[in-house]
Amino acid sequence: MKRLDRNQMAARVARDIPEGAYVNLGIGLPTLVANHIPKDREVILHSENGVLGIGPRPAPGEEDPDLIDAGKNSVTLLAGGAFFHHADSFAMIRGGHIDICVLGAFQVSQTGDLANWHTGEPDAIPAVGGAMDLVCGAKQVFVMMEHLTKKGESKIVPRCTYPLTGVGCVTRIYTDLAVIAVRPDGLQLVEILAEGLSFEELQRLTGVPLRFRAAA
Amino acid sequence: MINKIAASPAAALADVPDGATILIGGFGNAGMPAELIDALIAQGARELTVVSNNAGNGDAGLAALIAAKRVRKILCSFPRQVDSWHFDRAWRAGEIELELVPQGTLAERIRAAGAGIGAFYTPTAIGTRLAEGKETRRIGERDYVLEYPIRGDYALICAERADRWGNLAYRKTARNFGPIMAMAARVTVAQVREVVELGAIDPEHVVTPGIFVQRVVRVDRLRKAA
Repeated sequence: MKRLDRNQMAARVARDIPEGAYVNLGIGLPTLVANHIPKDREVILHSENGVLGIGPRPAPGEEDPDLIDAGKNSVTLLAGGAFFHHADSFAMIRGGHIDICVLGAFQVSQTGDLANWHTGEPDAIPAVGGAMDLVCGAKQVFVMMEHLTKKGESKIVPRCTYPLTGVGCVTRIYTDLAVIAVRPDGLQLVEILAEGLSFEELQRLTGVPLRFRAAA
Repeated sequence: MINKIAASPAAALADVPDGATILIGGFGNAGMPAELIDALIAQGARELTVVSNNAGNGDAGLAALIAAKRVRKILCSFPRQVDSWHFDRAWRAGEIELELVPQGTLAERIRAAGAGIGAFYTPTAIGTRLAEGKETRRIGERDYVLEYPIRGDYALICAERADRWGNLAYRKTARNFGPIMAMAARVTVAQVREVVELGAIDPEHVVTPGIFVQRVVRVDRLRKAA
């Protein structure tokens, strides 16, 4: 079996982002998705700190400390981009104006609960940022994560054991093994991504039952 | 004649008492009013409650205020960062209380204070630890959490330009919390790179009208040429 690397995962997520979508990419792995959106497809990237129309990273030496994304990386602004304050930015999020947000995760449950902000360890400093707002406001919530933990345990679980970010909020899961849709009647396989991986093996690795066929 | 321009950061912050609640603008270091915070450290007010998105980055600005042990409590959404070492140490040592607030709820609580709203229901954090102990209510098909406004005694914010009436225009993503914090504090102090004549900011481009701003300080900021 050949798992997808991070860029291949990002490219697969990018394939499902349509022309005209307003999209928020979470910190970390999801930011890679921006690099894989085809040049001829207009997608408008939003960032919580108050910007629509994020462009590519600036060339070295061209960074502007006043122009950053939610991960505090230097970015550029596309022609047509806009700046706004935080309450407006979260009105866009909470008010259902963002079409897709892509987030990392520690765990996703079979009913689409998400855990991605806190390990639950007592000495861990918690940090939530905009994740709880995004999962309750974006029209679609895509999770992008490795299928298994470093110990080989499934990150797709019957019930999350880490503290929740949101309840029943995830619509699709993109891993290094497969794309899985979260439906009212359970998890449904959309596509196997890892080369040489059978459905039976994927089911064995995944902590909860999967349906084989996605209804188109 | 109305003139909100203060002579210096020190003059603008001379009356901050111990125990004050201070709203501090900025997202990371973009829009962080570093010179005002330096002046607040020099001024000496203690036991402060700080409201800011992060809990300091690196060694300057809010991080320096925390390192100087002036902050009793912080309300923020994202304290833990690669460069939040001063907060991390203070929190682990039990020197600082943390109220973690989802970012959009933080923004709306601040906005609500400025807009005279008594409280509001938000769907954010329903079913999570951050809603525990809070009043909830089902409205239509959805559950909501009741959240209360966050008012500041002072707001320290950063803008690009101002006039003597306190009208403000911002620069790029340094705008972030500035406009809503300006609304929510009894005394809003804006540090700006440039002070211009009345009318020089196009009225269509005034982002924070001067009614929300009490004091303005011009600060020379070094910015790498683009």
